[in-house]
Amino acid sequence: MSSRDQILQRMRQRRGGALSTPEKDFTPLKRPEWTTEEKLARFRAAMEPVHGEIHDCRNRDWVADLAELLQSRQASTLLVGNGPEPLATLSSSAATLPELVVYDEPVASWKEHLFRNLDAGLTTTRGGIAETGSLILWPDASEPRLISLVPPIHVALLKATELYGTLSDAMAEQDWSSGMPTNALLVSGPSKTADIEQTLAYGVHGPRELIVLVIE
Amino acid sequence: MTESNLTDVRQFHPRARAAIDNPQIRQNFRRAMDGLMDKRRMAFEGWDLEALRTLGASVRQDALARLPDLLEQLEEQLTANGVRVHWAVDGDEACRIVTDICKARNARTVIKGKSMVSEEMHLNHHLQQHGIEALESDLGEYIVQLAEETPSHIIMPAIHKNTGEISELMHEKTGTDRSSDVEYLTASARQQLREKFMAADVGVSGVNFAVAETGTLCLVENEGNGRMTTTVPPCHIAVTGIEKVVPTLQDMSALLALLTRSATGQHITTYVNMVSGPRRGNELDGPDEVHVVLVDNGRSGIYQDDELIDTLRCIRCGACMNHCPVYTRVGGHAYGTTYPGPIGKILMPHLIGLDEGRHLPSASSLCGACGEVCPVKIPIPDLLVRLRQESVDGDRLHPAVVNGHGAKRDWKESLAWQTWRLIHANPLAYRLGTSVASRLRTLQPASLGAWTRYRTAPKLAARTLHQRVRERQP
Repeated sequence: MSSRDQILQRMRQRRGGALSTPEKDFTPLKRPEWTTEEKLARFRAAMEPVHGEIHDCRNRDWVADLAELLQSRQASTLLVGNGPEPLATLSSSAATLPELVVYDEPVASWKEHLFRNLDAGLTTTRGGIAETGSLILWPDASEPRLISLVPPIHVALLKATELYGTLSDAMAEQDWSSGMPTNALLVSGPSKTADIEQTLAYGVHGPRELIVLVIE
Repeated sequence: MTESNLTDVRQFHPRARAAIDNPQIRQNFRRAMDGLMDKRRMAFEGWDLEALRTLGASVRQDALARLPDLLEQLEEQLTANGVRVHWAVDGDEACRIVTDICKARNARTVIKGKSMVSEEMHLNHHLQQHGIEALESDLGEYIVQLAEETPSHIIMPAIHKNTGEISELMHEKTGTDRSSDVEYLTASARQQLREKFMAADVGVSGVNFAVAETGTLCLVENEGNGRMTTTVPPCHIAVTGIEKVVPTLQDMSALLALLTRSATGQHITTYVNMVSGPRRGNELDGPDEVHVVLVDNGRSGIYQDDELIDTLRCIRCGACMNHCPVYTRVGGHAYGTTYPGPIGKILMPHLIGLDEGRHLPSASSLCGACGEVCPVKIPIPDLLVRLRQESVDGDRLHPAVVNGHGAKRDWKESLAWQTWRLIHANPLAYRLGTSVASRLRTLQPASLGAWTRYRTAPKLAARTLHQRVRERQP
């Protein structure tokens, strides 16, 4: 008998007999209905203490803000996805941006360059979660996984109207259970560790900085 | 402390004594556990914690009740997503599966994300024997590996070391300059590990939750090493215990809310990484191959018993050890087991047998803190008592489930209790017995073994209670 069948059969022929399934009451996870502004305030309150930086760019040109933020950090390269947006907006902007590097080759062909030479990465998001201050990322062919992981600075675009109250709300409204992408992420701040004597240090394997630009 | 000493579970007492005599170890653990307890308490402020724990328990109970069906559903979904699913009866078989995948790819180097199941399997050792280098990438695990030790805590593997000790170790093993600056030490580990991530042929990770409905592996972490491990190498192998399955994404969200708050007092970890398959279509990164190894290693045995099955609810948050007065004083290495602390005391006897693990269920004051903080309401103190019974009475009370049951049975102790029972069940024998004991009380030895090591011996009264009551009656 295969290991698989052996394991399954052993559990199916359980000595104690069949087990009963209890009722599951998910109401303790529920949160009140928040307005967009309330959600944004909660998002900020959850993310800022873990060193996520949030800029509200709803009434101004976010590209100009991006340019300024990257200049102040002396970033000379910005990694972006190969989809039409936000590439087109960046390319047509008059702002002084770092050199744009488009992720359009399989990782194996330029791993060294990707790991060693890029200062910042820009991604879109599928919204955010107010309660925990989390960004939802579903990387895909036009916006590969490593943009948000390898460069030391990760800038993410978040539409204020795409803020959800809780993870459960986001999963239900975006119908996650009907099928997940190859990789989905919740990102709640820059990479960190407390493995050395519980002292926090940022940027251990992923980005040292996470900057969220809130847009219309 | 040598490696053989560390892994000999029977040496619990001498190791515990040595740890208690080491002020540095006690201070490292005391500080860390105090911090973790405070953070957990604050993270649950404003929540109905009892209701949330009840939900956590019911989610896990539901998953266990349907475990074989859910495992099949998970396998079906993962396979449809392009993931290869393997089953292993024990740790050795799981190691062979991982090694065979590596060999088929001519892999020389493996980078590892944090995985307690791989510790349970002794995977690194096995890979090494086959000429494959396995490098830990979680900072704590990396430090523990440099020191050639085992994790002393399931969430914070290197918590037994302070900054000075880690700096010295990194200097000796990697040539890093000595420094008390944690940022510097972290940055230097980042640099060394980045090179390894780029070069690694295979990434091996654990799994926090496996979601049956979508075939999704959920990995929870702060550092980003888990994402690197599951994204950069061309092949990703996830190893997981068979009990980690949950039916739906909604179930996962409930356990996630409990896991991170209970473990480190975080509302959520920096990264929640959900992997549902290898690189697809024209995606430009992510592994070409994803494998899942479902490891039994004693779990289907625990599954047989109505009481002990609760052990399998565990979501590995470590809150029980953070709150355990014994763990905090003796540290994680005293136990000599993969999983230390209260969860280790109820889980390890199933993995290594009650003969080998005879001291584990007794290494507790039964204060109940572990059961009170457990996010999925595992009645840990009750299970400790049950395992104590198993270790002495074996299958006299229950059908034998645990290997090595009855290992602590001792004919002298057994005879003493049988005599005690006989006397207490017979009034004549009781009166005779107590009256003789009172008369011969001066012959009582001053030393009563373990009892008098830290206490004075109790003295028998001159007159029995029955005699005194009779005297007081008018």
